[in-house]
Amino acid sequence: MVNYIIRRFLAGILTIWAASIISFVVIQLPPGDYVTAYIANLQSTGTVLSTEEAQALRLQYGLDQPVYVQYIKWSTLMLQGNYGMAMEYNRPVKEVIGDRMTTTIIVSVAAILLIWALALPIGIYSAVRQYSLGDYFFTFLGFIGIAVPNFMLALIVLYASFKYFNVQNIGGLFSPEFLQQGWSWPKIWDMAKHLPLPAFILGLAGMAEVVRIMRANLLDELRKPYVVTAQAKGLSRNRVILKYPVRAAMNPFASTIGYLFPFVVSGSIIVSLVLSLPTVGPLLFKALIAQDLFLAGTILLLLSILTVIGTFVSDMILIWIDPRIRHGMEEQS
Amino acid sequence: MSVAIESAEQETVAAQRIFVATQWQLMWWRFRKHKLAMIAAIIIILFYAGVVFADFLAYADPHMSEAQRSLLPPQPIHWFDGDSFRPHVFGLTGKRDPKTFKRVYQPDPALKVPLKFFVEGYEYKFLGLIKMNRHLLGVEGARAEDSIFLIGTDLQGRDLFSRLMIATRLSMVIGLAGVAMSLFLGILLGGLSGLYGGATDNIIQRIIEIVRSIPTIPLWMALAAAVPTDWPITRVYFVITLILGIIGWTTLARVVRGRFLSLRTEDFVTAAELAGAGQMRIIFRHMVPSFLSHIIAATTLALPAMIIAETSLSFLGLGLRAPAISWGVLLQQAQNIQAVALSPWLLYPALPVIVAVLAFNFLGDGLRDAADPYG
Repeated sequence: MVNYIIRRFLAGILTIWAASIISFVVIQLPPGDYVTAYIANLQSTGTVLSTEEAQALRLQYGLDQPVYVQYIKWSTLMLQGNYGMAMEYNRPVKEVIGDRMTTTIIVSVAAILLIWALALPIGIYSAVRQYSLGDYFFTFLGFIGIAVPNFMLALIVLYASFKYFNVQNIGGLFSPEFLQQGWSWPKIWDMAKHLPLPAFILGLAGMAEVVRIMRANLLDELRKPYVVTAQAKGLSRNRVILKYPVRAAMNPFASTIGYLFPFVVSGSIIVSLVLSLPTVGPLLFKALIAQDLFLAGTILLLLSILTVIGTFVSDMILIWIDPRIRHGMEEQS
Repeated sequence: MSVAIESAEQETVAAQRIFVATQWQLMWWRFRKHKLAMIAAIIIILFYAGVVFADFLAYADPHMSEAQRSLLPPQPIHWFDGDSFRPHVFGLTGKRDPKTFKRVYQPDPALKVPLKFFVEGYEYKFLGLIKMNRHLLGVEGARAEDSIFLIGTDLQGRDLFSRLMIATRLSMVIGLAGVAMSLFLGILLGGLSGLYGGATDNIIQRIIEIVRSIPTIPLWMALAAAVPTDWPITRVYFVITLILGIIGWTTLARVVRGRFLSLRTEDFVTAAELAGAGQMRIIFRHMVPSFLSHIIAATTLALPAMIIAETSLSFLGLGLRAPAISWGVLLQQAQNIQAVALSPWLLYPALPVIVAVLAFNFLGDGLRDAADPYG
């Protein structure tokens, strides 16, 4: 098992390294180096950078040296937590991103928890009552979730709330009075009240897939002889279903988190834009529009690290949930 | 008694038909049973017919803007005038609202604009080759873009229906191009992985894992935003399909690899090897035909993701940009929720997106079931 954990950990590190290269490529994409772009941006706002300062910046990023040296310098700075300056804001990237990474995590995790909380009972119901009206209804709902892009669902919800309930501002994650405040219990409670809507919009697409998996797994389990035996021995129906088949069907179900996490983080970017949530989504968008690829590359790297950690955690949960994996690993090692 | 014999005979005839049927025939029979997939197939065919005849179906020049016609409401077609078949729409009369001073349009039943079929309109090139100016709908005498707006106009006063037809063409084609790109990468890398196994397989699998664990939409956005704004439109199309393909290939690669791995140990492959067939011959003559159907199904299921990706990118203004017309570009106008509340027809372009994605999903499901007719 320890071997397995170490292997997954190394794979995660490898992925982060690959993501850092991709982010670096993204930063390099626009013509000219970013110090030139940075200086041009500063000049447009009236600040003039002296030649020495510009030279110092160039040296810091190794712009006079080959690309691989630049990459090493850049990644070392990243590792030290020095994310550089965001041009448009003229503030350090770290400050600009601020709490937004946390809110991104909160929204994504909330969406995944909601997916699980809804998909589990729906999947069980759909499998136990196969081909019932409810089963068809949820299948239909699932297809809608797959077919309607996230942003469109957000738009439709916004439109409906505006048109029929005359709610002007359903988006956002905080009430206006909490926006400028630091973290406090009332603020967290306020956020909790705002969370369900984005979580639902984000979750609907992923939910369909998870329900499908749960339903298929449980149907397979229900056909196995041990279920018939348990029923023949006179166990109550609920007990027969919940005690063993659902438990067994849970395992492949738990592994879905591994692919759900990148999916949800990815989706949260667009949904945040439409619902104007204070996550990194709108920030990334603005950075891209302003061609501030330095900020964009940093956000891309942070998001990739986030999904890698999420996937790693899900692997750990899977080991914890599924004794077969746990013991299988021990026998091998 | 004789009835029983007859039906038994019929059964044997049917069984014989199955024995001699080719693989593709079996798949077709299996697919035919899947009602939803059949309906989806018809819808997809209609969509692509729309792609071919987009200019013919549009009746107004999609780029013609006119500030006077901004945000006109849809005019439904009335097929009968009294008892006689005379399709027409009601003309619109504008009035100023005395309170808000906004121009409000009302259909005027006295003003009947008769619709004509196969009339002359703006000039276009059919399939980009043949010069034509016939359109399915139109108005005799006047210009169509001045009088009929089946689903209203957009902010710049362009006819939304005509724009939707042109957008359907671009969005459906770009989805196909993106899938073709990822199919190429998927077959190449998945094939190599499944064929050689060992270290090659290991490296390619790691690459797939890495690509899959990087959140796609931010990466898409970053790559698309790096496309210079002054590039010619055809090059932007090409780069966007390339970006769609780069990220979408992993699923297809996995399907191809899995098929290769499972077929490699099949008896008929071993037999071909023993008979002295070359590797290329084994792959293309023996292996590819038996998993082609799986690839077709996987490709169909990959298309909706492409369409949604393009629509999302263009919606954000990072994908295709005006003057290009795609579903996402049309939906960009729906970003402003106040505008949508006043003119909900701006959301109509969402409908073909949803229908197309659903149809591709159902078709793909049906194809996947039919792909293995012996199962």
